[in-house]
Amino acid sequence: MLLTRRADFSASHVCAQPGLSAEQNREIYGAAANPSGHGHNYVLEVTLEGEADPATGMVYDLKKLKDVIQQTVIDPMDHRFLNHEVPPFDRIVPTTENVAAEIWRRLESHFQSGPARLNNIRLYETEDLYVDYCGTAVEAVP
Amino acid sequence: MRVTRRYRFAASHRLHSAAFSEEQNRELYGKCSNPYGHGHDYVLEVAAVGPVNDATGQVVHVPTLDRLVSEAVLRDFDHRYLNLDIGEFQDKVPTSENIIRVIEDRLAARWRDAFPGDGPRLEGIRLRETKRNVFELRA
Repeated sequence: MLLTRRADFSASHVCAQPGLSAEQNREIYGAAANPSGHGHNYVLEVTLEGEADPATGMVYDLKKLKDVIQQTVIDPMDHRFLNHEVPPFDRIVPTTENVAAEIWRRLESHFQSGPARLNNIRLYETEDLYVDYCGTAVEAVP
Repeated sequence: MRVTRRYRFAASHRLHSAAFSEEQNRELYGKCSNPYGHGHDYVLEVAAVGPVNDATGQVVHVPTLDRLVSEAVLRDFDHRYLNLDIGEFQDKVPTSENIIRVIEDRLAARWRDAFPGDGPRLEGIRLRETKRNVFELRA
């Protein structure tokens, strides 16, 4: 059974590679490369997989899940400038893809043992653009 | 990793097949076969899958995807009567099942030009006709 919890955070970022010119960064990232940054209301969906415990009827304690998301993702990222305040985005570009992978890394260790496993995370940068990541190496493109 | 982008188009259609009688059409398609057609605000989701490029941090260059979807689909479909204005529906009923197939064909035909080499793969598309009716197709 899959269980999904939603959380949101607001953060700013700038997408640019330090080794590239302003023109090159604009070509790759568009307005997201504007040097002073900009922000989004990110929406995060965390999906766990497990079986409902016969006694409690629960796959996972929702309050505990909420606390894990809050402590590992929301508290450090909410109302922050990712590039300046949230490692590793001082070194890697905080695209939605990289932010999703970082969130997966932060959450994964909390679900290594116990009743449920981390199944997927979905990160909406806007209503019209989102990333799904389930931690595995992506299949080779044919 | 999968990146999904959402698009919108407004279009009208009529579900009616010359292969059936008026009564059969009415029975099969209900009010969707009313003679002058009707419209929806369609929502189209396009999912691309691939590895995150180490340098750019991206799976897909979104402006390129936007241009592809715009040129292959939205430019033709938006604010049109599908039955009359879209070639594929001259001889095919524009049910959402048929629309999603046509959209997939159109995207697939141009995908490799837009994303050559080891670029992302078209994983699938989702078409929302109304908030109650959603159709999915894996490419």
